[in-house]
Amino acid sequence: MAGEKGVVLLDVWVSPFGQRCRIALAEKGIEYEYREENLAEKSELLVKSNPVNKKIPVLLHDGKPVCESLIILQYIDEVWPHKAPLLPSDPYARAQARFWADYVDKKVYECGTRLWKLKGVLQQEAKEEFIEIAKTLEAELGDKKYFGGDSCFGFVDVALVPFTSWFYSYEANAGFSIEAEAPKLVAWAKRCKQRESVAKTLYDPEKVHEFVGILKKKYGVE
Amino acid sequence: MRNALPSFSHFLWTSSIPESSHKNRAMAAGDELKLIGNWASSFVARPRIAFNLKGIQYEFLQEEFGKKSDLLLKSNPVHKKIPVLIHGGKPVCESLVIVEYIDQIWSSSGPSILPTDPYDRAVARFWAAYVDDKLTLQFRPFIREADEAAKAQAIEQMVAALQHLEEAFEKCSKGKSFFAGDSIGFVDIALGSLIGWLRAVEVLAGVKLFDEERIPGLAKWAERFCSSDAAMGIIPEPAELVEFSKALRDAFRSAALPSN
Repeated sequence: MAGEKGVVLLDVWVSPFGQRCRIALAEKGIEYEYREENLAEKSELLVKSNPVNKKIPVLLHDGKPVCESLIILQYIDEVWPHKAPLLPSDPYARAQARFWADYVDKKVYECGTRLWKLKGVLQQEAKEEFIEIAKTLEAELGDKKYFGGDSCFGFVDVALVPFTSWFYSYEANAGFSIEAEAPKLVAWAKRCKQRESVAKTLYDPEKVHEFVGILKKKYGVE
Repeated sequence: MRNALPSFSHFLWTSSIPESSHKNRAMAAGDELKLIGNWASSFVARPRIAFNLKGIQYEFLQEEFGKKSDLLLKSNPVHKKIPVLIHGGKPVCESLVIVEYIDQIWSSSGPSILPTDPYDRAVARFWAAYVDDKLTLQFRPFIREADEAAKAQAIEQMVAALQHLEEAFEKCSKGKSFFAGDSIGFVDIALGSLIGWLRAVEVLAGVKLFDEERIPGLAKWAERFCSSDAAMGIIPEPAELVEFSKALRDAFRSAALPSN
């Protein structure tokens, strides 16, 4: 698909998956054009670029589309390897990073969604699961500054950090404190927020909570 | 098939290097290799096919049906699932992560599993992820208790996914034998590993999934894949999997079996 030169990101402001890409692009100092999509009325470019899923984010590089946020991260890392590398060069360390990013993908968003979408016993179950997930991630982080290591804000960090702005809403909806259950994870989130790329990309937790309120009305959740 | 370095050299390492640095050194292509899995799992088939492609030998540790070994639980405490590759004592989990790892460690053996161009790699990763997202879960109604409606819906999803994959095949293969071109690559492995179960579902549900009229490219690709050296002996016969699915359904009924 030939087209305009440069980098374009098709995205939605609140999407944690889109935020992964924005953070990576910022870390690497890559200039790009951000285009806000209206998911109720998807643009022709989005539908043409991701005909299979019609989902954001989509990264267009010189007109060629790359889809799926973790795949976009790896693409960005491979095309612009020199600044702020996301994945380590050692194959074993890379495999570990891919494993944990996959874990975040499989667990965090799905379980987090249940925290505000469900009530009663199912919500309670989701809460217990989420605590388990947070503790597992905390154990993997250990005493490192970042998941990528003491001096590397890496693949897993970028994959996970956007969800931290949803923590407040998860807590408010399900009635628990993530900090009480996984303090090291919350400390890590605060450290990440000190990075310009993260601070400029993540929205205020209150704003995210407001957005979740809108979603709840849409899905008829009390 | 080229052998991994004999254990003699492994002994040299352990006898002369202090333990802490032995633990921390990077794995080399000649280190001890074990794959935990079973003969029936499509996910396990993926690293096995990758090893075949690269001509690498490994010790295949088959899990006992209905039980999870201590080694599995220790090596994959997070998911407790197969496959797990143990290389020089260190575990790698998740089938596609393992395949990429194999491709990197044994980059100078056999064909490249992933392409070198970053854009082509992104496309290959997309379709492999698509197989995992859209196809692998659809087998559930056939290995557990499920009503006819659930099975019919699963078939519908599979047919739709295979249609998209047919288009992907046409685009990616550019007239050659496999998604990756002349030799088997990442998407071929991701999808090809499922052929046994797809054919088993054809028997169980009485439908044709690899329909030569609907998906001619993939129908021929499936034949080529199964008769390739890399897949030889790894993709089970549909009849074996149909039998095995009965055992899985019985076990699920007794609620004793952890799922794959």
